[in-house]
Amino acid sequence: MTPVISPFSLFFASIFTGNILLANFLGMCSFISISKDLRSSNGLGFAVTVVLTVTTGVNWAVLQLLTALGLVYLRYIVFIIVIAAVVQMLEMIIDRVSQSLYMSLGIFLPLITVNCAILGVSLFMEIRDYSFWQSVVFGFGSGLGWWLSIMALSAIRKKLDKAPVPAGLKGPGITVITIGFMAMAFIGFSGMLQVQ
Amino acid sequence: MSDVVDIRPGAILKNNLWSNNPIFMQILGICSALAVTNLLTNTAIMTLGVTLVTGFSSLTVSLLKKLIPRKVRMIVQTLIIAFYVIIVDLVLKAFLPEISKNLGPYVGLIITNCIIMGRAEAFAQSNGPIVSFWDGITSGLGYMGVLLVMAVFRELLGFGTLFGYQIMPAAFVPWTIMVMPPSAFFLLGLIIWAGKTMMGGEKA
Repeated sequence: MTPVISPFSLFFASIFTGNILLANFLGMCSFISISKDLRSSNGLGFAVTVVLTVTTGVNWAVLQLLTALGLVYLRYIVFIIVIAAVVQMLEMIIDRVSQSLYMSLGIFLPLITVNCAILGVSLFMEIRDYSFWQSVVFGFGSGLGWWLSIMALSAIRKKLDKAPVPAGLKGPGITVITIGFMAMAFIGFSGMLQVQ
Repeated sequence: MSDVVDIRPGAILKNNLWSNNPIFMQILGICSALAVTNLLTNTAIMTLGVTLVTGFSSLTVSLLKKLIPRKVRMIVQTLIIAFYVIIVDLVLKAFLPEISKNLGPYVGLIITNCIIMGRAEAFAQSNGPIVSFWDGITSGLGYMGVLLVMAVFRELLGFGTLFGYQIMPAAFVPWTIMVMPPSAFFLLGLIIWAGKTMMGGEKA
């Protein structure tokens, strides 16, 4: 049944204590490859936030429909199609509305379809039985959390570039260990509030 | 990805298990690598699922490669993968409900595991069905190997057990950090380091 959580605490929990990336390991692939560059990180973070908010809401509605029809086992396929469709639509809308935004965001949108954070948030939403508003807030907060962590990491990587690192550890190795330290810092938030 | 594709079965095996290992050489599919490795049983089941899905998706993509229009091939590949993941999910729910519950959303997330898509795109798209199947299976095994190593460390040090059986002496104090997210990152970082160094570091 729908858990009783105030949207406000859910919002903060999804950014800090239950950070989609640092606590649930979602969206790692693009996280590691894109975080080399601060500007791209910012663009991708923004795109992920928008797409997460929209798709989590839409997938909530779709899930109700599937449940009513008794087709819940099809949800993976349907979620993926919804995500691909939403991304495609967003791409077209942004293209119409703002050329400059399209230029900066355009290349990231196709990448997002296969970003596991998007599908992951929809699946968490299903497992935890969130209501519609909880889902939207959860999606938005998770997006912001992802954005925050990719910005932090790419800023750290700028410094790391100049650091003397053993040859085998260069690149992905040291990046993953850095993410580990960030995750440790975020665990510090978990005393503040815990929302499942 | 290697540019020259050697399609002898032995070469594929060596390539996918070691010199082009999905995890520590290509850095693919690490979301689930980190999330499921806190218990060895979960890891074994999860990686078995990934191996089967990779193998059969590669087989299907290879069989259908002439029929799929190039423009929509990504979404078709995703749907093929999703189809096999649903089968794995239903089988787990029916026969291993406890593990299915532990793995939670990560079974569904096999769909977005980049290894599967990567193999479909890089290998199955341009090779015969049998070889593609073998390629998918061995890629899955390469992934399985690294994850099992991680899970052994995390479960042994985090709980003092292996597959749920007590291994460490009773006086052993579990390292709680090993069960928490950061240790997964640290271990993966160390494994990447070890892997690349043993490889000679020329690709690092």
